[in-house]
Amino acid sequence: MSDFETVAATEDQAARRGVSGEPGTPDRVGVPQRPRSLAGDAWRDLRHKPVFWISLVLVVLVAAMAAVPSLFTANDPRDCLLSRQHAAASGGAVFGYDFQGCDTYARAVYGARASLLVGALSALLTGAVALVVGMVAGYFGRWVDAVLSRVIDIVLGIPLLLAAIVLLKRVSTSSDTVRLFAVIFVLAVLGWTTAARVVRSSVITAKEQDYVAAARMLGAGNGRIMWRHILPNALAPAIVVLTIALGSFIAAEATLSFLGIGLKAPTISWGIEIDAGRVHMRESATPLVVPSAFLALTVLAFIMLGDAIRDAFDPKLR
Amino acid sequence: MFRFVLRRLLQMVLAFFGTTLIVYALMFAGQGDPIQALAGERPVTPAQRAYLTEKFHLDRTGVGGFFYRYFDYLRNLLQGDLGQSLTGRSIGDILAAAWPVTVKLAVIAMAVTILFGVTAGVLAGIRRASLFDNATLVLTLLVLGIPTIVLAPLAQYLLGVRWPLFPPTAGADPDLYALLLPGIVLGSLSLATALRLTRTSVAENLRADYVRTARSKGLVRRRIIGVHVLRNSLIPVITFLGVELGNLMSGAIITEGVFNIPGVGFNLFRGIRTEDGPLVVGIVSVLVVVYLVANLVVDVLYAVLDPRIRYE
Repeated sequence: MSDFETVAATEDQAARRGVSGEPGTPDRVGVPQRPRSLAGDAWRDLRHKPVFWISLVLVVLVAAMAAVPSLFTANDPRDCLLSRQHAAASGGAVFGYDFQGCDTYARAVYGARASLLVGALSALLTGAVALVVGMVAGYFGRWVDAVLSRVIDIVLGIPLLLAAIVLLKRVSTSSDTVRLFAVIFVLAVLGWTTAARVVRSSVITAKEQDYVAAARMLGAGNGRIMWRHILPNALAPAIVVLTIALGSFIAAEATLSFLGIGLKAPTISWGIEIDAGRVHMRESATPLVVPSAFLALTVLAFIMLGDAIRDAFDPKLR
Repeated sequence: MFRFVLRRLLQMVLAFFGTTLIVYALMFAGQGDPIQALAGERPVTPAQRAYLTEKFHLDRTGVGGFFYRYFDYLRNLLQGDLGQSLTGRSIGDILAAAWPVTVKLAVIAMAVTILFGVTAGVLAGIRRASLFDNATLVLTLLVLGIPTIVLAPLAQYLLGVRWPLFPPTAGADPDLYALLLPGIVLGSLSLATALRLTRTSVAENLRADYVRTARSKGLVRRRIIGVHVLRNSLIPVITFLGVELGNLMSGAIITEGVFNIPGVGFNLFRGIRTEDGPLVVGIVSVLVVVYLVANLVVDVLYAVLDPRIRYE
């Protein structure tokens, strides 16, 4: 069984050499001639794109900021003194102080954690739900597909911001962690549909392929076919959609926090900072501009990254 | 066609019940003692309690009672009775005063989108891979990547406070000039999407067979693009604009909040800030219906505009 699969995989790749349009599994079988897989082609394409590198550097920077904020600033973001309200830059505070006398730069740096945590966890949760629903709907078809597709249609018809407002108004806890997970959960519940549609359509394409029929003839069960043969095909488009979704989840978190129903102080979030800076923009604009720039650059980085990866994986654009 | 409209209507009814049920279940059901919540800290006499219990059908318990009250809420919603906000104003009145402002804002945003987005999209699509095309792609990516909560306050600061070209806030009964900057901010997002959509659509249609035929017939370029290509490429754009109009009506929460425009979104913004539960639920319920109807109209419009699309 496994012998045959290796042979089949090698043959499959050999047949595909030169043809770069076929959706295929990333090449992990150590064939000496190094056949060109889709992932390999995409990587070759990506390597020469400045947009890809710029966005990747930004994403890594923000991730590092979220993981170890003390690397970027020595100041404590919660060390606020009213006596230095809107004071000019001094010491480690490169952007000066905000209305409450907190270090603007330090607060922006520490805000990365909440944003990235919400973005990444919602994207992961979304991905898990989308993969399961999309795979089941696409693979089993018929009434299962009909029911699941209608569910997707209905959830897709719910406006995200309005629904999030209603759902989050219900959360009246004062615990920061619970609030964080409530935001993640709400975003995932409302945001899984696009990815599920993408997975479903790639599963439908993949299940008609010859190698799936071959695997079935050899007696592979539904679970094995889905896991080994169909999932790898659905993964690449799903990852692209989720990278872009990660950016929009970060924006959504900031928007909800800005409105005052997402994360709440003492949690440091860019949305809260922007709202606070907005109120006092006439006295000093830096507390508004700095977190705004951090948020915009982070969201942009993820969207550009997803865009670049999609261009690389889409053979039609090559 | 008829079957399609019917199916789409059924789907909308399902979505309507689904969303209103969620809104209702989350906001009203499951709270400890609604009568005490209504009275606040004051004591409730047995007579008042009996009256309110009967008025709101609170004596029915269990799942049956829940649905009984849910249909009560639905009937009120459909009859336009949205109840009162915590400050005692009728939510229907608040909305009636707010709608014209929101519609005005949405129309400005839509005009900006069509004027700049669609025009630039057509130009970029015709001159694909030119400097203009690449510049618009980068610009639209920037606009798409920058959230409204960044764009709106920054525009307000730069163009309203730092270089006072526009009034920074609108205030009660705003004129067209005061709504211009918020309209541009609100429209910028749909502008970017509309531009990209138009560009792709025009570029695709320029390669179509009928364009080659028209060219070989000897038609002038202006006629080919103005009549043949535009007609075919604007179908998806029009449907997108329809969806956006629905979105703009409901999605102006941030923009209206930041620029202090007394529209629907602003009232929702204020309702959230002041923890006014009934106001939030009332507005959200109405907006959900507006959103669903807009989507339905657009879907039907799509089928009417493009006969190539066949819905079984």
